[in-house]
Amino acid sequence: MSENKFTCLHDKHVALGALMSPFGGFDMPIQYKGIVEEHNAVRNAVGVFDVSHMGEVHITGPEAQKFVNYIFTNDITKMEVGGIQYGMMLYPTGGTVDDLLVYTMGENDYFLVINAANIDKDVAWINEQAAKFDVKVENQSESYGQIAVQGPEAEKTMQAVLNLDCTDLTFYTFKCVNYNGDNIIVSRTGYTGEDGFEVYASHDTIRDMWDMLMTAGVQPCGLGCRDTLRFEVGLPLYGDELTADITPIMAGFGFFVKLDKEDFIGKDVCAQQKAEGAPKKLVGLELHDKAIPRHGYEVCNENDEPVGYVTTGYRGISVDKSIAVALVDAAYGKLGTPLRVHIRKKYFDATVVKKKFHDKSYKK
Amino acid sequence: MSKIIDGLYYSESHEFVKVEGDFGYVGITDYAQHELGNVVYVDMPEVDDEVEAGEDFGAVESVKAASDLVSPVSGTVVEVNEALEDEPGLINKDAFENWIIKVELSDKGELENLMDAAAYKAFIGE
Repeated sequence: MSENKFTCLHDKHVALGALMSPFGGFDMPIQYKGIVEEHNAVRNAVGVFDVSHMGEVHITGPEAQKFVNYIFTNDITKMEVGGIQYGMMLYPTGGTVDDLLVYTMGENDYFLVINAANIDKDVAWINEQAAKFDVKVENQSESYGQIAVQGPEAEKTMQAVLNLDCTDLTFYTFKCVNYNGDNIIVSRTGYTGEDGFEVYASHDTIRDMWDMLMTAGVQPCGLGCRDTLRFEVGLPLYGDELTADITPIMAGFGFFVKLDKEDFIGKDVCAQQKAEGAPKKLVGLELHDKAIPRHGYEVCNENDEPVGYVTTGYRGISVDKSIAVALVDAAYGKLGTPLRVHIRKKYFDATVVKKKFHDKSYKK
Repeated sequence: MSKIIDGLYYSESHEFVKVEGDFGYVGITDYAQHELGNVVYVDMPEVDDEVEAGEDFGAVESVKAASDLVSPVSGTVVEVNEALEDEPGLINKDAFENWIIKVELSDKGELENLMDAAAYKAFIGE
């Protein structure tokens, strides 16, 4: 086993007394004050996350647009410079390599943001596909640090604490800014269901920004509440809701799969599943009891026959219920279907509900 | 620094037993509640269930994870702390006061396998 990597803010997390744990190959802060407090700070005010573990891949060259559109499910030809799209890279089977953001930096110039745990796998996959295209692929993951400032007070915080005017940024757009001599990227994006921004910059700039945010009293937030926040608003986590065995169609993210564009890897399977129905479906579950469904727990029909498993589950924080997202056989995917979750020695009644348990509050 | 109370018995999986006559109150230690963080659910057995030393009898769940409860003693559950059903966070407020189950002990000799306060203090490295 290789050692876990450190982000450029690692020493600061340790000094703040954070509970540290391995995630995606990095030693990351899970919580500082407590998951509930940090979750509520983001829902009600503002919080900052170290997300420097995320990977960045820069793709340029005469065929960059053609290439990225071939490995990505969304349609980047619809994007202008300064635009961002969410989507997936798929295997030919339709299973998911990763979910990612694509930033349009310029003509034939794209910046891909990928999951930490998948950096090596994704870069290998991208390079393998790139052989047939005239493009240059650069893994810049180690050059960038990244923070996410999230919550209804995020815009105000960016201005007041970091002196970054972000009022001109709409949802899913970005700008490049010269910040004290460093070229940084600021985008109106996030993974919490709240308004917010993500900043990509050199390690030194990210460390300076973190210190300014701490001095201003902004709540540092760990990966613990990052997971509860994203889960409540129905955002997927690679490894849970999207895997090599789960297509975006099964997961209910068909919106990000543009079947009307040119060929892309995984298109055939997605088109077929969209037309004929996928064999499995990702659903929301609400338990009738307080018992908590966890990742991997078995989901059964009313005869206690297994029909799927929990991908993520919690006692909700913004929603005071035991809730889960589960991958089940399509026959059990309809809203209102009664199911049962096997928790330790007992089976608990649940009902299929929408997998968005809390409304997003984006500024569009 | 975790709170440790003299006169109680402690297990390596961080449960305590407070003995009163033939009965034992079983809960998790202050150290354990601190390690878990916000307790959001306690999965408890029912009255008249049998528990066995070293075996699971339920779970304490924080936001992030479920942690099995391992009974430090054997016997019959005669009472469960129903207050925890509505307010599991009581364990974070005072873990020793908010015991989880009351057990009629079937073998008080088992208590000798547990740690006293001094040994538990050393065990958690404080």
